Amino acid sequence: MHRRLLAASVTLGLLASLLAAGPACAQAALDGTLKKIKDSGAITLGYRESSVPFSFLDDSQKPVGYALEICMKVVDAVKRELKLDKLTVNMAPVTSATRIPLIANGTVDLECGSTTNNAERQKQVAFTNTHFLTASRMVAKKASKIVKIDDLKGKNVVSTSGTTNIKQLNDVNVQRNLGVNILPAKDHAEAFLMVETDRAAAFVMDDILLAGLVAASKTPDAYVIPDDAFSTPEPYAIMLRRDDAAFKAVVDKATADFYRSPEGARLYDKWFMQPIPLHGLTLHVPMSPALKKAFANPSDSGDPASY
Amino acid sequence: MDPRFRGEFVSYRWNWGILWDLSPDGQLTYFGTLLAGLKWTMLTAIGAWAIALVMGSLVGVARTLPNRWAQRAASAYVELFRNTPLLMQLFLWYFILPELLPHDWGTWMKSLRNAPLYTAIIGLGLYSSARVAEQVRAGISSLSHGQGLAGQALGFTTGQVYRYVLLPMAYRIILPPLTSEFLNTIKNTSVALTIGLLELTARARAMQEFSFQIFEAFTVATLLYLVLNLVVVACMRRLERAVALPGYITAQPAKA
Repeated sequence: MHRRLLAASVTLGLLASLLAAGPACAQAALDGTLKKIKDSGAITLGYRESSVPFSFLDDSQKPVGYALEICMKVVDAVKRELKLDKLTVNMAPVTSATRIPLIANGTVDLECGSTTNNAERQKQVAFTNTHFLTASRMVAKKASKIVKIDDLKGKNVVSTSGTTNIKQLNDVNVQRNLGVNILPAKDHAEAFLMVETDRAAAFVMDDILLAGLVAASKTPDAYVIPDDAFSTPEPYAIMLRRDDAAFKAVVDKATADFYRSPEGARLYDKWFMQPIPLHGLTLHVPMSPALKKAFANPSDSGDPASY
Repeated sequence: MDPRFRGEFVSYRWNWGILWDLSPDGQLTYFGTLLAGLKWTMLTAIGAWAIALVMGSLVGVARTLPNRWAQRAASAYVELFRNTPLLMQLFLWYFILPELLPHDWGTWMKSLRNAPLYTAIIGLGLYSSARVAEQVRAGISSLSHGQGLAGQALGFTTGQVYRYVLLPMAYRIILPPLTSEFLNTIKNTSVALTIGLLELTARARAMQEFSFQIFEAFTVATLLYLVLNLVVVACMRRLERAVALPGYITAQPAKA
């Protein structure tokens, strides 16, 4: 009996110290990322392995992408700001499950990918100016004759678990009383596989990711992404630590200057209209009017209504 | 990376209150969604365990039968299911099997509601059954050879020898490892998130994705697994004591 009590109290003690460590360590945030970069002479960029074309491993397994190039502009600005001769750029792979701890514990300074900026997430991290706007759409096989959301009535529809998209699908399903059976998939590739193998009639996801999956599929012509959207456009932005005003100011200015310059549109063209270094894919996604506006007037708002 | 910055949470904001916030499904709090996940975890584990016990016993017994062919078939079954990753097995059941069946059957399987649940129960059940089979076999082998012979001398058929002589003792002996196996089955249900089952781990992942409160989500999920497993351990201890035979090498009545 004593042994059991001991084990229980050890467990509780560990838990208590874990909880106590939270607020105590949060104090150290005042150090600031700029100081950390200056002291260590290095900055670490987090990249995604398959967020095409934002941040992914190319044919030679090197991290590249639209968001990574924007991050490199930020790196240049930080180097100028800190008057450093040399700034080492480290690359760290992140996933949707590891990006928060890695940003929070200082391993990664900027997350360069396709992370949605919204009010709830801003309680935990900060976002710089929006680099892309995406809406929730669906991909279906042309043969299935699905051209609008109402065509999904009573069908199996897949989305990736834990995304805002599956929530929007859920909302639309309830509002319009569609009786859709929503299947959550582990990741985008698997969700697309479900449509490919007819396990699901459609896959609801950010339209840009769908365009990438279709372009990379065996038969791009067999799929259609109807215009009918499940949401208003949502902003993607580069993520950084919260409560670090000095660092955020540098990042915000660097990205805003870049988007306003002709270079911004050129970079967009390079990744969304030209062949990318991944099996020679071309996405063919022209810049939306909303994004043109967001490039002219850069904004770090997480509110879709403001775009 | 400068070691000074490693391992130290410089900017994580703890917010345990998030558990009582409404989750994006608009009906349950985040804690409620984790409990809903726990329900699916338990459902999957119990279903899989039932299959594992029945199939495991049959196959385990077959491995000890005098018949060569029964032994070989049972060995093949065990080696197939215990030597391939559970993840692969679930993928095969979920993605490949419907493509191999006649088209109409495949389509029916794919349009089933709760297909991930059924797949997980069957897939995990068969995987665990191979491990249970080994334990049943070990339990039977641990009995003295004379017990089976004694049964035969009394005029028992092979079936009766197993039913009345060997299995009652074998099950008592292997109860502790069976408890571990049941705990493993409960924990292995988390693999089913890869085929879309919204069990506890999947709910914790979803919670962190929406709220970015990753440590709260996984701490609570870990505690829920721990509590569930401790309850199972306590129940199995009671069972061990209830069925214990005095003087035999099974659980003794507790001294404390």
